[in-house]
Amino acid sequence: MASSEAPTSSEYIQHHLQNLVFGYHPENGLGIAHGGDEAAAMGFWSINLDSMFFSIVLGAFFIWLFKKAADNFNAGVPGLLQSSVEVIVEFVDTNVRDTFHANNPLIAPLALTIFVWIFLMNLMDLVPVDLVPRLGEAIGIPYMKIVPSTDVNVTLGLSLSVFALMIYYSFKVKGASGFIKELTLMPFSSGNPVLQAILIPVNLLLEGVSLISKPISLALRLFGNMYAGELIFILIALLPFWAQWALSVPWAIFHILVITLQAFIFMMLTIVYMAMSHESH
Amino acid sequence: MNVNLTVLGQAISFAVFVYFCMKYVWPPIINGLRERQALIAGGLADAEKSSQKREEAEAEIATMLQDAKSQAAEIVAQAQKRSNEIVESSKDTARSEGDRLKQSAQAEIEQEIVGAKEGLRQQVGALAVEGARRILGTEIDQNKHNSVIDDLVKQL
Repeated sequence: MASSEAPTSSEYIQHHLQNLVFGYHPENGLGIAHGGDEAAAMGFWSINLDSMFFSIVLGAFFIWLFKKAADNFNAGVPGLLQSSVEVIVEFVDTNVRDTFHANNPLIAPLALTIFVWIFLMNLMDLVPVDLVPRLGEAIGIPYMKIVPSTDVNVTLGLSLSVFALMIYYSFKVKGASGFIKELTLMPFSSGNPVLQAILIPVNLLLEGVSLISKPISLALRLFGNMYAGELIFILIALLPFWAQWALSVPWAIFHILVITLQAFIFMMLTIVYMAMSHESH
Repeated sequence: MNVNLTVLGQAISFAVFVYFCMKYVWPPIINGLRERQALIAGGLADAEKSSQKREEAEAEIATMLQDAKSQAAEIVAQAQKRSNEIVESSKDTARSEGDRLKQSAQAEIEQEIVGAKEGLRQQVGALAVEGARRILGTEIDQNKHNSVIDDLVKQL
């Protein structure tokens, strides 16, 4: 969008929902997509620079902050940073212990990373919608979405990683035969071999759908919540400047809850899925 | 909202962050928390132990105090008894001493009485002889009549 002309409302909204996509355009060659059509034309072999940048910066911030607390850890009286980090770590640890009973040193750090990283990504939603994109425009970056979790690629990347771990641990803990049995012999089973043979495809269909739906629902739940929240902020930003606070402040306060809740749900479901793939029947 | 390479990039960065978290963040913090837990548990156990010790010491002090009190009471009773005895014995001593003094004084008095009687008897004898000599006008040979006079004197 050219900043010289005042954009219409729908242009403004579309502009705010467009990622900074870098990829190969069939006509324009390698470069940054200008608008949704060009981005769509680039297809799969393109990358959302803004989502990648902000998610990596936030993840690095998480690692840096927690590493700092871990390096200066004092078993006696904790400092301010250490206390805050301890609260989060203890919270995650409690949830993991309550739900996940197998012995796997990966799960708790995984849950902590998911919780804090998603929380930070969601938190970007509270930055005023126009602030960073305008600054970006000032230095020549046409599009910028600063909330990585409003990009379905980001949430899918997380949920598919979790899905891959699910499959991996299912095979590792239950073995290939155990995993296949779980997919084919449940929930319906029969002592009669003929009836059992009929039930196997039914079970496979049910279990297959439930398995595939896990990463999809995990990704779309987070994406949908954050996307909707961001969209409301954008709509509020269309109001006259003197009226915006009346809506944006309550929505932002409500959104603090959503941000934390969505991060917690993603973490909790990950733990549950991991626990399910570690349980052998 | 196109699905593109970002998915893969996100998965890779996710893996990297989880690895770092698992390697450098989680273990030191969770170990520190366990250490603190042990520290607090130890402190609580110590506090429990010392309060128990204090209770024991208090009980000991109470029994010691009881002992001391009864001992003191015993000593006081003994002292009272002893002083009573002393008073009694000194009373006895005083009484017998008084008796003795009284007796010796009486004996002295009796002796004096005897001595005075003797003196008086002799003076009376001499007076009797003198009286008789004057009345008779003759010299009475004292030696001649001594036996008579002595008889008279003895009759006094």
